[in-house]
Amino acid sequence: MTIQPVDLPRTTPAASPILDVSGLTVSYGDSNGVRTAVHGINFTVDAGEVVALVGESGSGKSSTAQAIIGLLPENGKLEGGSIRLNGQQIAAWQQRRLDSIRGAVVSLVPQDPGSSLNPVKTIGKQVAEILAIHGEASGPAAYAQALELLERVGLSEPKLRAQQYPHELSGGMKQRVLIAIAIALKPSLIIADEPTSALDVTVQKHILDLIDELRREYGTAVLLVTHDLGVAADRADRLIVLRHGRIQEQGLTADVLARPQSAYTRQLLADAPSLNAAARSEADSWHEGGEDIIVVENLVKDFGLGGPNRFCAVDGVSFRVKRGTTHALVGESGSGKTTSIRIISAFEKPTAGRVVIDGLDLSTLRGENLRLFRKKIQLVYQNPFGSLDPRQTVRRIVEEPLLNFEPVTRQERAERVASIIDKVGLPADVLDRRPHALSGGQRQRVAIARALVLGPQILVLDEAVSALDVTVQAQILALLQKLQLELGLTYLFVSHDLAVVRQIADTVSVLSAGKIVDSGPVREVFGNPSSAYTRELIEAIPGKKFPTQRPSPLISTGTQP
Amino acid sequence: MTSLDIAETSQGLKPAETAERSRSEAVRSSKRRRIDVGLVLAGAVLLIVLLWAIAPGLFTGYDPIKGLPGQQLKAPSAVHLLGTDALGRDLYARLVHGAVHSLSGALAAVAIGLAAGTALGVLAGSRGGRTDAAIMRLVDVLLSIPALLLSLSIIILLGFGTINAAIAVGITSVASFARIVRSEVVTVRRSDYVEAAFGSGGTFFSVLWRHVLPNSLTSVIAFAALQVGWAILQLSTLGFLGYGAPPPTPEWGLLIAEGRNYIATAWWLTAAPGIVVVLVVLSVNRVSQAIGRIER
Repeated sequence: MTIQPVDLPRTTPAASPILDVSGLTVSYGDSNGVRTAVHGINFTVDAGEVVALVGESGSGKSSTAQAIIGLLPENGKLEGGSIRLNGQQIAAWQQRRLDSIRGAVVSLVPQDPGSSLNPVKTIGKQVAEILAIHGEASGPAAYAQALELLERVGLSEPKLRAQQYPHELSGGMKQRVLIAIAIALKPSLIIADEPTSALDVTVQKHILDLIDELRREYGTAVLLVTHDLGVAADRADRLIVLRHGRIQEQGLTADVLARPQSAYTRQLLADAPSLNAAARSEADSWHEGGEDIIVVENLVKDFGLGGPNRFCAVDGVSFRVKRGTTHALVGESGSGKTTSIRIISAFEKPTAGRVVIDGLDLSTLRGENLRLFRKKIQLVYQNPFGSLDPRQTVRRIVEEPLLNFEPVTRQERAERVASIIDKVGLPADVLDRRPHALSGGQRQRVAIARALVLGPQILVLDEAVSALDVTVQAQILALLQKLQLELGLTYLFVSHDLAVVRQIADTVSVLSAGKIVDSGPVREVFGNPSSAYTRELIEAIPGKKFPTQRPSPLISTGTQP
Repeated sequence: MTSLDIAETSQGLKPAETAERSRSEAVRSSKRRRIDVGLVLAGAVLLIVLLWAIAPGLFTGYDPIKGLPGQQLKAPSAVHLLGTDALGRDLYARLVHGAVHSLSGALAAVAIGLAAGTALGVLAGSRGGRTDAAIMRLVDVLLSIPALLLSLSIIILLGFGTINAAIAVGITSVASFARIVRSEVVTVRRSDYVEAAFGSGGTFFSVLWRHVLPNSLTSVIAFAALQVGWAILQLSTLGFLGYGAPPPTPEWGLLIAEGRNYIATAWWLTAAPGIVVVLVVLSVNRVSQAIGRIER
């Protein structure tokens, strides 16, 4: 396949935009009635332009993208408005007719590469399929083209990959395959719906680079749907900020970032950790002596793979955390960070090594002592939707640890539950609700309340904010900092998001393949990373194009107030 | 963006949209009405049968056991709604009085299956390892024996009778209950909130009681409702084969079996109890389906 500029017959004269959406209204109906998700929004995408739709969950950004390509869920409904693609009105088209343009004129890079490929077909056949469907090529010719496409999107050994099945590929590779399918027919518009939110940060950078590169080469326009303002700031020419299905503001990226017009955009910018280089300022306590509350020495954890093969998830990890400080464990998926904290919170036993929590060696704890030990250390999970029992009320959830440990009167229990709910910033009327009636941020607050009700000394936060929207994330981080000051808590904070870590942690250990590759105070590690891996991680943080006073958002050695 | 677009929108999109909407609404509402009718009918059937079991005297004045002299093998008429059998007993009265045997037997059977199956399933699912393997292999063995053969063998061991038949039917459903409960428990046990409960100091049994059990039983309850119909059918089968309640108990399966001898001359003796069994089983299935949908 030769690489050419835009396929001219498919595009209209340069003056008119590729995509012109006006008055788009989308609603969802269920047994409780009809809810409007998108309220008559207008925007355009010009040829070769990257436009980012930015918003939090429930803002209607995905609904907009799905409506354009005619893939709304069954209960979703295009209520009105016009969608003009290359000047053609496609809003009222039936699915059959849309099939002729999907893939050829407009294509989609979906959010979750894991579930977007057919597991029983080889990669090569799936890429060749799109060519065959649109009659571009078939049989061996299509397969040969598919190989070229796979090479084009930067898959190593395309011949081998083409014969493999999706489960043999990593997440990043699968996303490359999906991009290959998306660009196969050189469409004039690619809709990328959160293309990287399921991927590690370094992989995310490569994928976004690839989309950028292909866009420049083919002149394809890209509609990038993302919740990450950092990604949008780096990649988009124009930004459209959505909230509650209405456009808050749209304009050139640099303008929006430098001079946000709406209060909501200002809030978003203030809350996005990747755009705010302010390292944690108040707590410089880590170097002022103090005892080590967590001591981890040469921690090793093997998993048997059947037979003599063993997989070493954690390979000689050591670190120390001082009382009242925050230590962050950073790494990509598979780096062993979750296994480490599960050992530290005594949910798993290490193969070798020693963990001492507040003077107690974990290996000596058994049975009842182990149960009593849990009062000291509590875990907050990543997904607040899974960590709360759906059948219990908030009151039952929060009082459960008290029932387990402290035989206090019903009266006192109710008071303690009410006070902890108040402390995590929830109104008292949530007590009688069940988790499904709460938002993600509220649920995470409930999870924090449950963890704190026993008065633990250590809180282990396993990606505790990464499932949350950026403004909610900022609120939870602020809450955590407030609680730490009030209660003198020690945090062990696990995250893949370096921007968040920089905001909350005092010290950090960078994990890669089960080994610590870098550790020390946050400013030293981030300002002067000693390993190539840490440098790559820092390099991959989005939001570099954001105009700040500082030359680079992360390298902030000692210049902080 | 301009009035032109909007005009085109209102022309091109709206009429088609509204037409489609009204059509889909019509389809939806008619569907709902039909479903409701079926459910209401099923509920009515069950209610009547339940009343038969509670207060049979309200529905018939005839004695189900004692025959009327000179009234043998009468065809259905205003005097005897469903006719009489070879001993002059009113068939309708026998059906009404038989409801209590079939229903209580079925409920007892499901209760036995539910209790024993849940216990085994929870034990297997929450303990894991060898306990799990041992219990599930036992379940496999139970499942591999045909249900009828198994219940016949159990009755032969325990002796004949209504209660023993119920026990036999109950034991054959233990395996299915155990399987369903185990698969639910295994899923729930791996969830974050169960680990969090252990993490906040819960003991094995407190976590089992507070979290694992309530969250595992949802689909089991729908299945139990479905099992009631199946148990009625099984009990009738056993009664028909002569392994259930002994004559002259007016048990439904037994009624069918007794009528079989006169099928050429008095077809209503087999048809009427047969239809009642079919109606009740279908109604139970319909209602349990509705329960399953609500639970989900």
